[in-house]
Amino acid sequence: MSAPADSRTIAGSSLREFLHGLPGVDQVGAEARAAMLASRSVKTTAKQWALDAAISMIDLTTLEGQDTPGKVRAMCAKARRPDPADRTVPKVAAVCVYPDLARLAAAEVKGTGIHVASVATAFPSGRTSLEVKLADARYAIAAGADEVDMVIDRGAFLAGDYQLVYDEIAAVREVVEGSAAPSGSAGRPHLKVILETGELVTLDNVRRASWLAMLAGADFIKTSTGKVTPAATLPVTLVMLEAVRDFRDAHGRQVGVKPAGGIRTAKDAIRYLVLVNETAGEDWLDPRWFRFGASSLLNDLLMQRTKLATGRYSGPDYFTLD
Amino acid sequence: MPKFEYAPAPESRAIVSLKESYGLFIDGQFTPSADGRAFKTISPATEEVLAEVAEAGPADVDRAVTAARTAYERTWSVLPPRERGKYLFRIARIIQERARELAVLESLDNGKPIRESRDVDLPLVAAHFFYHAGWADKLEYAGYGPAPKPLGVAGQVIPWNFPLLMLAWKIAPALACGNTAVLKPAETTPLTALTFAEICQQADLPPGVVNILTGAGETGRALVTHPGVDKVAFTGSTEVGKEIARDCARDPRKKVTLELGGKAANVVFEDAPLDQAVEGIVNGIFFNQGHVCCAGSRLLVQESVYEQVLASLRRRLATLRLGDPLDKNTDVGAINSAAQLAKIRELSEAGEAEGAQRWSPPCELPVKGFWFPPTVFTGVSQAHRIAREEIFGPVLSVLTFRTPAEAVEKANNTPYGLSAGVWTDKGSRILWMASRLRAGVVWANTFNKFDPSSPFGGYQESGYGREGGRHGLEAYLDV
Repeated sequence: MSAPADSRTIAGSSLREFLHGLPGVDQVGAEARAAMLASRSVKTTAKQWALDAAISMIDLTTLEGQDTPGKVRAMCAKARRPDPADRTVPKVAAVCVYPDLARLAAAEVKGTGIHVASVATAFPSGRTSLEVKLADARYAIAAGADEVDMVIDRGAFLAGDYQLVYDEIAAVREVVEGSAAPSGSAGRPHLKVILETGELVTLDNVRRASWLAMLAGADFIKTSTGKVTPAATLPVTLVMLEAVRDFRDAHGRQVGVKPAGGIRTAKDAIRYLVLVNETAGEDWLDPRWFRFGASSLLNDLLMQRTKLATGRYSGPDYFTLD
Repeated sequence: MPKFEYAPAPESRAIVSLKESYGLFIDGQFTPSADGRAFKTISPATEEVLAEVAEAGPADVDRAVTAARTAYERTWSVLPPRERGKYLFRIARIIQERARELAVLESLDNGKPIRESRDVDLPLVAAHFFYHAGWADKLEYAGYGPAPKPLGVAGQVIPWNFPLLMLAWKIAPALACGNTAVLKPAETTPLTALTFAEICQQADLPPGVVNILTGAGETGRALVTHPGVDKVAFTGSTEVGKEIARDCARDPRKKVTLELGGKAANVVFEDAPLDQAVEGIVNGIFFNQGHVCCAGSRLLVQESVYEQVLASLRRRLATLRLGDPLDKNTDVGAINSAAQLAKIRELSEAGEAEGAQRWSPPCELPVKGFWFPPTVFTGVSQAHRIAREEIFGPVLSVLTFRTPAEAVEKANNTPYGLSAGVWTDKGSRILWMASRLRAGVVWANTFNKFDPSSPFGGYQESGYGREGGRHGLEAYLDV
């Protein structure tokens, strides 16, 4: 498969000119818009739909140094059937683990349609050589990951070396494209590009990094590693949703968005869905195009789901730990 | 069928206890009008009758002005300023406590979305009382001399677009400066003013300091021409404002401030933060159904980004939710009255007849009540009526410009001059524009932002005098 039209190399200077020529983002205005959308009231049938949609969009994540095979098995079981007592609960979109646990995760979710996402390219800091980063990505894919969550070189981005960032993303994209389809899933592995917006700081940077990642071939743009504060925020996600919307208008290719880190409650998740609905539009309201990188979020969604169905709020002891 | 259809989320009406009929609030008591006349106020969203309200005649006006005069002389002007401040703080706190009730009532009577009455109107109402409560015992620091004196009795007439907020803009500074007030709310939106009268009772405000007279134009005329009124403050149409100015000119003792119409330019440069500019355009003209005197009703877009801005704007307008004002997800509510709806329709038809292209997003209008879809006119020239006359509805006229000088020229080419907006990432250009735009308020990379500490008022046919901030105190002091 050849590289898509939008991932052809753009000379460094014109890349910079392009990114700096994007319309600015007024932070006050973006925050006000996000706050206004956060005041939408989602009740009854709308809430039912939103809770199930949010569950089905979760990349159930564990990214700790202390992760064990047992932890990953438990998480995969939860991903397959989030609430053992209720078979109407949808399964989550993916499980997200470090590369050395990808093989185990892949075996655990085999045949369920749940994707295996693995962070790679020296997650979370990205501070190593390109060779190591590419090897990391190949290793994850070989282990069974069909989604690669790579990090960008934030140092290079902040220093204005956009070409380096672009080249690295494009190189990982090539690895992804050169990989055979994992058994049981269609197509090549997907590439998610983590911008680590908490280190990019300004919304102008978020918009530029979003476009840079999309031009270099990202299938998804993701806010954060979860290791940096602030992680996902509504204004940052708003700007990224505007970027994927405008990118599709300009290039005809749809790119997904994944806020990750810090989204813990059903209320938060519903706010993100409202943001998607009224910014990028309902084409993105699908696990193929919008994901939540989260761990504790799932249990709150389950609790709210039970509350909505039964009228009773049963408390965290009635839901399994990941 | 949309994937994510927001279910109805109506704010409960139960918090509001409407009376069948309301009297006039004179000298601390509710009383019927002298001749027993009354009128009905309806909900513009459903045409449901909400309550019957007394109509004040000349005898009632006289009684209210006399009560205000007595309260001014015996109580309010001799009260230590700090005590006046305490009353205002108390009123501000009660408004906060009853904010939800007042917001629901405002949306019922006015037709504006509850999201706006809850998140914009009511917080600003309380803020105005808090802000002016703070001034009450610090007037010697306002820059009007060591001991600025109040004027006496203020006769105040307010419009229907922000009923309680306009009341706050009028009553809070009047009282803080030591004046007493007789206020007439608009005939289509009297209910929050009457509830405010209850709040005055609840706060133990001395009788006669605030008097509320409900009625229509005749009542307003009787109030502003009453010889016992020392100060006239009016917010409303330019036509009525001119009439008041003529009437008051016969009595040179009367101090007058007028806040009238507008036809504000919202100027978007090619280097603007475009997504936020589109939000600002929407907020500028569709906030409160465009019933905003400082609405950004003329959009001036730099030609190089015209197509892009228009495409974004159309896409954004398709997401606006029009309907039940009490639904928490409603963005655009009802037009306030049948008369206003007729005016908006008439001007929109004139726009089409003069050759401008009319566009509205797909949008189902409720069968009952007064509704008008968000509307955008393109291909508008400076000569069109829709570019010159205040529509006071959700109708945007789009014009283009090529250079900053042309933008200023077009923006200023209006008999009005209340507000303007500038959208650009260039700080220097904001300052350059602000110093050339003939408008009382110039917003930079935002629109329709209000704060009690910021003076508000117009140039030319938008009126004279300022409200809010240190400058606004001047209107209620003998300086």
